[in-house]
Amino acid sequence: MENRPLEYDYTVAKWFMFAAIALGIVGMTIGVFIAFELAFPSLNLVFGQGLAEYTNFSRLRPLHTDAVAFGFTVSGIFATWYYVGQRVLKVSMAESKFLMFIGKLQFVLYILTVVAIVVSLFMGYTTSKEYAEFEWPVDIAIVVIWVLWGVSIFGLIGIRREKSLYISVWYYIATFLGVAMLYLFNNMEIPTYFASGGHGDWFHSVSAYAGTNDATVQWWYGHNAVAFVFTVPIIAMIYYFLPKESGQAIYSYKLSLLSFWGLMFVYLWCGGHHLLFSTVPDWIQTMGSVFSIVLILPSWGSAINMLLTLKGEWQQVASSPLIKFLLLASTFYMFSTLEGPVQAVKSVNAIAHFTDWIPGHVHDGTLGWVGFMIIASALHMTPRIFKREIYSKGLMTAQFWIQTLGIVFYFTSMWIAGITQGMMWRSHDEYGNLAYSFMDTVNVLHPYYTLRGIGGFLFLTGLFMWAYNIIKSASARPVEESELQSASPMGA
Amino acid sequence: MQGYAYVGAMGVLIVVLYAYITHLYTKKKNADGLDYEKYSDMALNDDISDVPVAPVADKSDGKKK
Ligand code: HEM
Ligand code: HEM
Repeated sequence: MENRPLEYDYTVAKWFMFAAIALGIVGMTIGVFIAFELAFPSLNLVFGQGLAEYTNFSRLRPLHTDAVAFGFTVSGIFATWYYVGQRVLKVSMAESKFLMFIGKLQFVLYILTVVAIVVSLFMGYTTSKEYAEFEWPVDIAIVVIWVLWGVSIFGLIGIRREKSLYISVWYYIATFLGVAMLYLFNNMEIPTYFASGGHGDWFHSVSAYAGTNDATVQWWYGHNAVAFVFTVPIIAMIYYFLPKESGQAIYSYKLSLLSFWGLMFVYLWCGGHHLLFSTVPDWIQTMGSVFSIVLILPSWGSAINMLLTLKGEWQQVASSPLIKFLLLASTFYMFSTLEGPVQAVKSVNAIAHFTDWIPGHVHDGTLGWVGFMIIASALHMTPRIFKREIYSKGLMTAQFWIQTLGIVFYFTSMWIAGITQGMMWRSHDEYGNLAYSFMDTVNVLHPYYTLRGIGGFLFLTGLFMWAYNIIKSASARPVEESELQSASPMGA
Repeated sequence: MQGYAYVGAMGVLIVVLYAYITHLYTKKKNADGLDYEKYSDMALNDDISDVPVAPVADKSDGKKK
């Protein structure tokens, strides 16, 4: 270690990046599988009656949602934090043994917890709260991991050279605080074994809230999981990676500050739109709808800011596959933040709720926005982490088109399916008898479910191309002399 | 009663929002006289040897330039 110039240390970022790749592949393979299960129910039994318990839709669905949300997405968030955080604060992890240790510890605990989650969900242990299925021992582990991340964020901020915090850092901090608050409140649970003096399994628990209160808290959490896992940290990524990759300053830094506070304020009031027409008090429902509409403004504020950042540089979209990913990500963000508020209008929700339109909405957000941003971020980081060129630009372009096609298949099929379903459920004859039975809708939807499965398969194919490209880049190409400036160098 | 609270809250929020916008656009600068738009450079010039946009006082000596 003689006199080497100080460099950023990406060890932890690299580990989390590989975790994101692995968990993305696992989660989306399950996603494709369950998509085909819906189209071809016999797949539930594909490994025979004996294993059906583990391969049926209801057992696998939470594994899909948790693997992609808390595996793929959260690893992506951690990976980019450990990369972006150092850079915009201009301080290296190598400068602090303590922070290095915390980062590594966080990673190890994270992986152990992932294993615990996969095993427990496979075995069918769940609190049956969506996106919060884990039983209390796992919840405690998650809190520890989160606290370690907090130590890491504030530790790095504590030793920074750059006095002001770049907008991305604000968003990472908001992610940290937001999730901490939401997670704690929603997972208030009572371990039944200890509370009842030794009855039942030791890891089992029941929610501290009952009935409608439970639902309200759950969707306050659920909606803000969307906010603080699928939106806020992803905006942190785009505010760094898009300007950096294109070499353009953010179009308006002031607008980014304004949208930040707008988003923070508005998001927290929207949970009610998941519970329209339920037993939740009417004013909560109305408030959810109204705030959802207002939410378009700060959302589009960030997205338009990103599009305008490319002002005068549109040739980059044609020439660089990475810019294509980034551009489409912000476009899909605008798309799903327009679709969401539309679905939150009560009269629309009356048709949309419980139908396939909702998973359609979910996946143009998650595939187009979250997925593309994590993919693009990793592709931007790879040459810098490994000091090597990207293995193949052609592969990236191909991946982009295949995945975009996959997303289009996914949401178009779900729109048609969802609206058809909604209309069929409510249509009736002049005496009020329902016009269709449930089976009628299932038969009509079959082709769209198949299309969705194909779309998902295309997206998954692209994911494998992404993994291959990164692994090849890490191992195959010659080492670059020095760290790179804006645009990523790309082999042909 | 709810109606008054609602209108009142609206008024307060609108004032806060516009106050913040005016604040951002008239001042254009933070307390140290730095133009907000300069902050974008934190991402663009983010090598460890680049000059910080606004250095933390006691760390600036450690820089190369
Ligand atoms: C290959 C790509 C994917 C496929 C084929 C796929 C497929 C599916 C399927 C079939 C469902 C169940 C829908 C239902 O119950 O009717 C689902 C739910 C869900 N997926 Fe995916 N998925 C994919 C990728 C992703 C990604 C990348 C994310 C997040 C980053 C994600 C997040 C979710 C969420 C949050 C739900 C629950 C939606 C709800 O409750 O309405 N998925 N997915
Ligand atoms: C302005 C922003 C948004 C609004 C107002 C909004 C609104 C909505 C509404 C009304 C629902 C349907 C509730 C129901 O009837 O069951 C919904 C579901 C959902 N949205 Fe959004 N959405 C927005 C943005 C996003 C984004 C950007 C993502 C992801 C990247 C996303 C992910 C989800 C998920 C995962 C669900 C399904 C929850 C579940 O039932 O499990 N939303 N959203």
